[in-house]
Amino acid sequence: MIEIGLGHYLSLGAIIFFLGVIGIFLNRKNIIVILMSIELILLAVNINLISFSIFSGDIVGQIFTMLILTVAAAEAAIGLAIIVVYYRNRGSIRVEDIHGMKG
Amino acid sequence: MINNLNILFPEIFLSLSIFTILMLGVFIKKSFNIIFNLTLLIIVATVMIILSNPDNEVKIFLNSFTRDAFSNYFKILILISSFFVLNSSKNFILDNKLDKFEYPIIVLMSILGMFFMVSSNDLILFYLGLELQSLSLYILATIDRDNLRSTESGIKYFVLSALSSGLLLYGCSLLYGFTGSTNFDLIADKLTKENTGAVFAMVFILVGLAFKVSAVPFHMWTPDVYEGAPTSITSYFAVVPKVAGLALLIKFMFIPFSNILLEWQTIIIFISIGSMILGAVAAMVQKNFKRLLAYSSIGHIGYALAGVATGVVSGYQSAIIYISIYVIMNIGAFSCLYLIKKDGQYKESISDLSGISKKHPILAISLLIILFSLAGIPPLGGFFAKFYVFVSVLEQEMYTLAIIGLLTTVMSAFYYLKIIKTIYFDDSAITFDLTKNKKAQFSIFASCIFLVTFFLYPSIFNNMVTALFVS
Repeated sequence: MIEIGLGHYLSLGAIIFFLGVIGIFLNRKNIIVILMSIELILLAVNINLISFSIFSGDIVGQIFTMLILTVAAAEAAIGLAIIVVYYRNRGSIRVEDIHGMKG
Repeated sequence: MINNLNILFPEIFLSLSIFTILMLGVFIKKSFNIIFNLTLLIIVATVMIILSNPDNEVKIFLNSFTRDAFSNYFKILILISSFFVLNSSKNFILDNKLDKFEYPIIVLMSILGMFFMVSSNDLILFYLGLELQSLSLYILATIDRDNLRSTESGIKYFVLSALSSGLLLYGCSLLYGFTGSTNFDLIADKLTKENTGAVFAMVFILVGLAFKVSAVPFHMWTPDVYEGAPTSITSYFAVVPKVAGLALLIKFMFIPFSNILLEWQTIIIFISIGSMILGAVAAMVQKNFKRLLAYSSIGHIGYALAGVATGVVSGYQSAIIYISIYVIMNIGAFSCLYLIKKDGQYKESISDLSGISKKHPILAISLLIILFSLAGIPPLGGFFAKFYVFVSVLEQEMYTLAIIGLLTTVMSAFYYLKIIKTIYFDDSAITFDLTKNKKAQFSIFASCIFLVTFFLYPSIFNNMVTALFVS
């Protein structure tokens, strides 16, 4: 059996983090997917913080995680609200359709 | 314990006032006017509270919250600039039917978030303050919810800002892991060049902060959000979050990253040069005044970062002076937009400004002063701002940075002068309504008077700013 150490947790966190970042940039279809990618990034951070906290025996990391979970929920709520408002005006939430201003 | 509450009193007062006026807004019908005036009153009262407290350095709540001259200076700057931004934009808000009572309340919430940002001495408090500010700004960008452009700017701002918060947070988690603490002072002790993981974390945190001040590789959102959001919100975006973001950059450099200055300096120099060049080049082809101000603000942040990049206290001081004068110039520039109105519609295209010198000579001369000052032409305030930055850059013998900065100043003067040419020498395209907007006129007047008379007493900021770095 392999001993699962800090390195493994950190690698998992890094993989999820980069999946999230890649998801934001490669996705050309739907904004909801971007919202999910943002959640992935925040969860990767949580994995990092918890594993650091466990392996160093310091509780602050777990407290930080709780606060991040709360903020992530608020952020998702506001993000979804903005998307609903946009859908009412535009009738579509495809990423390709968001080009009212150049850039 | 009671002593702790005294130190936290401005924040407590601000949050309780937010709850109170939120309740008032819900229960009183047509409450926008009352809430708006109460908000201005609360801002003034908070300034008084901060001024009445002593500003010696105190750290409370397990050293996670600092109250010192540095945070107090930035809090007052944030409050005063939001006061002027809100006050001058009132007529615009009413004319565009943005008069929802939530508007001033959410502005107050973002101010509260910035308070915690500039006072934080701990990664957790810093992150929470940053998120309180960003979440409020997402809502503000979308506040005109039946307008396609406003909602689109909201979506763009939300996606990119959430991504940058995520990067910053990843940096925070690595920093916590490799130094074993979330406290800035303890991080500063552990953070050395040998600690490669923590140096890596620093890059992530820097990305997040550079996004908040819209410095170059992470500036993509700025022009679109500035153009799409209502002008009253754009003027808020252009002024207040920049102040808080720059305060944080300086704070990070001064406390947690003070031992890895060389690594951090290289990146800041790169960001600064990039911002100055992009701000000068991309603004030349813009037709929309708000979009032009967006690129000009990217350029100005580049100059402020050049001061930060020196890595010495005199450099930070010059950056703080720069951002203070930048705030005053931008409040004036955006207030001018509130006076340019035709058939009830606010105009924001540069070509609409053509020939206004004949019909509106006072507006034209104010714009002239503000644009000359933005371009950095002596003897106006903007010149002294750039002068202090370049002096401190040259003192550190960073000649490349100084030369590029001077070249981009000359380049950016081109597009400011182009607007002045449009105002004074082109034939007038349309005649504007004669608008009576006392509040915006007051802001323009105050800003112009300050910029013109600045040379009489140019050390006004120096005296204030030297007191900020005594510790």
